[in-house]
Amino acid sequence: MERIDVVIVGGGLAGLSCAYGLADSGLTVLVLERGDFSGSKNVTGGRIYLEPVRRLLPDLWDEAPLERHVVRERLTLLGRTNSTSIDHYSDRRDQRPYPSYTILRARFDRWLSEKVAERGGFVIPQKRVDDLLMDGKRVVGVTAGDEEIPARVVVAADGVLSFLAERAGLRRDFEPEDLAVGYKEIIHLGDRKIEDRFNLEPGQGAAQLFVGAITGGMMGGGFIYTNKETISLGMVLGLAPLTRLQNGIEAYRLLDAFKERPEIRRLVEGGETVEYSAHLIPEGGIRRLAGLVRDGMLVVGDAAGFGLNMLVTVRGMEYAMISGVLAAETIKRAAQSNDFSASTLSHYEYLLKRSVIIRDMETFRRSAEILKNPRLFSLYPQSVCDLLEKVMEIDEKPKERLSSTVFKELRRNILTLRGIKDLWSLRGI
Amino acid sequence: MEIQEKLAVDAFKNDTESHITLDQEKCMICRERFCIYACPAHLYELNEESRKMQVEFAGCLECGTCLIACIYGAVTWRYPRGEFGVQYRYG
Ligand SMILES: Cc1cc2nc3c(=O)[nH]c(=O)nc-3n(C[C@H](O)[C@H](O)[C@H](O)COP(=O)(O)OP(=O)(O)OC[C@H]3O[C@@H](n4cnc5c(N)ncnc54)[C@H](O)[C@@H]3O)c2cc1C
Ligand code: SF4
Ligand code: SF4
Repeated sequence: MERIDVVIVGGGLAGLSCAYGLADSGLTVLVLERGDFSGSKNVTGGRIYLEPVRRLLPDLWDEAPLERHVVRERLTLLGRTNSTSIDHYSDRRDQRPYPSYTILRARFDRWLSEKVAERGGFVIPQKRVDDLLMDGKRVVGVTAGDEEIPARVVVAADGVLSFLAERAGLRRDFEPEDLAVGYKEIIHLGDRKIEDRFNLEPGQGAAQLFVGAITGGMMGGGFIYTNKETISLGMVLGLAPLTRLQNGIEAYRLLDAFKERPEIRRLVEGGETVEYSAHLIPEGGIRRLAGLVRDGMLVVGDAAGFGLNMLVTVRGMEYAMISGVLAAETIKRAAQSNDFSASTLSHYEYLLKRSVIIRDMETFRRSAEILKNPRLFSLYPQSVCDLLEKVMEIDEKPKERLSSTVFKELRRNILTLRGIKDLWSLRGI
Repeated sequence: MEIQEKLAVDAFKNDTESHITLDQEKCMICRERFCIYACPAHLYELNEESRKMQVEFAGCLECGTCLIACIYGAVTWRYPRGEFGVQYRYG
């Protein structure tokens, strides 16, 4: 078989962005995707921020199938029987070019794969890659079933579990600490109901995050994103607490309990669940990044571990797209000298270091560790809610001075030595 | 909403062969059963009669959670073959 220039394994955001970056370069580019079409296996929350990718991929966004531009954000701390929300609206986010949108991956990825094809790249669906082809220590292609597909360079864009990076010896075995699981329902409500219930004008979107009692003390939280006609409602849970806590709660039941909360029930009432999905999320941070290059191969997106949990948001989509484009630039450069050795490909690492990806990952170096603290997901949200409940309450007794109510409550759980240490640790996020 | 109802709205194309297999010897001595708690599709179950763990591969969302959550390494897991498995229409 004729040798292909670039074989990209995985037609998700990382793989397709790489292919898009390469497709007009004269190199033959093949994307192998195991699903029926790009996006048919992919899941996000999800919200994409366009500012970090607009300059790298400038002419994509006008016709892209984006859902709603986000103008409202709401963070809710959940106690067992009470909750406290901060609602933030920004006019600035309502002005073009809109900085962030909600998206649905089965639509977005499929559309992006069409763009790649228009530019001359080949996206082959229903093709599961099984292994790497090796020549000594060099990667020289991949195998799919009994088919061998030789390539000058292979890009592993196969998502968080990346069996290819594992085969190539570029990542260690996973520990539960390295990953979270996200699972969600898509609930159809129709545009009018969405706009009424979430306080939006046509086209506008909302992002809501929930931390506290719903995860049973486990690291994680709930989310709601509004799409055009549907909402994405789901949860993210760290795998480490799931394999440590023996509290007898099955993960899938937590989502139902979340939906049953009075704060949520009214929002989803009358809606029809039209899909249920789940996916892993890389959360190991910079210390658990995979090796990024070896002779004849690069790793991009979730496969490399480019994901961050910033407590109120999970990020990975922009990183997937940026790393794909930077890999494409590196490959074009390597093709000029016809040298795909690890030392030439290490230009990719150089580009990454200067990009927002590694910078963000450096900044949030300690966040994975800090977020392990279970008090952040139970005690503190509960304390804040209880405090406000006391402040707002009027009963038959004479009211205490506000300051003394607040101080008493704070002293109980937050202004303790442990509480102060915990708060202080948050500066690392 | 029951989990079976949720899975019923998803589109699946099921292979005849399971992409998940369990090492029953390890499962036999496992006490924690992390797989049952972690699987978001609730596909793991202890068969009361045979006392063996079973996993219903037909409703698998392909998240891979069980592979990592079973810290005893009893789960052998791969992606379903090209044409098979869950087909997301929204994602
Ligand atoms: C619940 C949830 C919420 C999230 N929320 C957000 C958010 O709000 N914002 C954000 O930026 N990020 C979010 N993320 C993270 C984001 O979704 C990921 O970082 C992003 O999808 C990574 O893209 P990728 O292209 O690297 O990997 P993927 O999208 O996983 O793509 C990998 C592709 O490779 C294919 N593949 C895998 N193995 C093979 C093989 N052997 N052969 C052929 N093809 C293969 C897969 O089918 C898939 O198409 C969230 C994730 C989850 C699960
Ligand atoms: S699969 Fe793993 S966690 Fe589940 S019963 Fe077997 S050994 Fe235990
Ligand atoms: S891959 Fe996910 S959905 Fe499938 S059995 Fe494992 S945990 Fe359950």
